[in-house]
Amino acid sequence: MKVKDLSEKFKVINMADGEREIEDVFCCDLLSIAMGKAPAGSAWVTVMANVNTLAVASLTDVACVILAENARLDDMTVSKAKEQEITVFATEEPIFKAALSIYNNV
Amino acid sequence: MDDTIVLEYTVDAEDFTRAGEASSDVKKKLKQMGVSPNVIRKVAIAMYEGEINMVIHAQGGEIKVYITPENIKMVLKDVGPGIPDVEKAMQAGWSTAPEEVRNLGFGAGMGLPNMKKNTDSMEVETEIGKGTTITMVVNMLGNE
Ligand SMILES: Nc1ncnc2c1ncn2[C@@H]1O[C@H](COP(=O)(O)OP(=O)(O)OP(=O)(O)O)[C@@H](O)[C@H]1O
Ligand SMILES: [Mg+2]
Repeated sequence: MKVKDLSEKFKVINMADGEREIEDVFCCDLLSIAMGKAPAGSAWVTVMANVNTLAVASLTDVACVILAENARLDDMTVSKAKEQEITVFATEEPIFKAALSIYNNV
Repeated sequence: MDDTIVLEYTVDAEDFTRAGEASSDVKKKLKQMGVSPNVIRKVAIAMYEGEINMVIHAQGGEIKVYITPENIKMVLKDVGPGIPDVEKAMQAGWSTAPEEVRNLGFGAGMGLPNMKKNTDSMEVETEIGKGTTITMVVNMLGNE
């Protein structure tokens, strides 16, 4: 499944490389752990929505971030996502549900 | 003949939200140089952990990155409080991070172990009250 395909399920906050293939799904809210464990090319589902989430997403080279439980980025952070070309989605769904629906299509 | 490329950064302690800018810049530059994605990922992760430690635990500092065809060396130097027990600090789960840092999702005591995991060598020089210098090397070969 490609990153852009997730826009059918989730709200698009920022779309960067939509053609990128999603290779894995990763769930974690602790940035300390995500930093060490998030697989490159994965869809990362989290409720932690701050500017450091973007830094971790960029440095671990995940394919996209999905903010579950309606977690929101402020405007400044959204512009940072644009600037750093990080794809971000949002959903009302809880983490497990959001991740499972991606997993079933990977 | 010296074909070392040197990049220098100042890490500002004031602004937690800007932590990661130096690492992002290195990532971008390595990409432009055509370095393999896995090497870039290791360097970026190790450097970001170090950078954010300088912001949280020290009062900022300086980072120098030396790039050669063989390897990438990062030297992170701060004039913070130093690390009293390096062996303990290197253990996963050991942290003195304050509450507000934990609220942002950090402070699980995973940074230093993660730096070690992502590099081929890591050296910590530290003196109480004087500061800490961490030197890390990621080899080009064997990490592609
Ligand atoms: N540059 C530094 N100066 C002084 N103390 C440091 C420095 N770097 C790390 N430490 C000490 O070592 C401890 C462990 O660091 P480590 O990066 O492993 O975890 P952390 O920063 O507390 O949490 P995390 O990295 O998971 O967000 C820190 O809590 C701090 O006490
Ligand atoms: Mg740390």
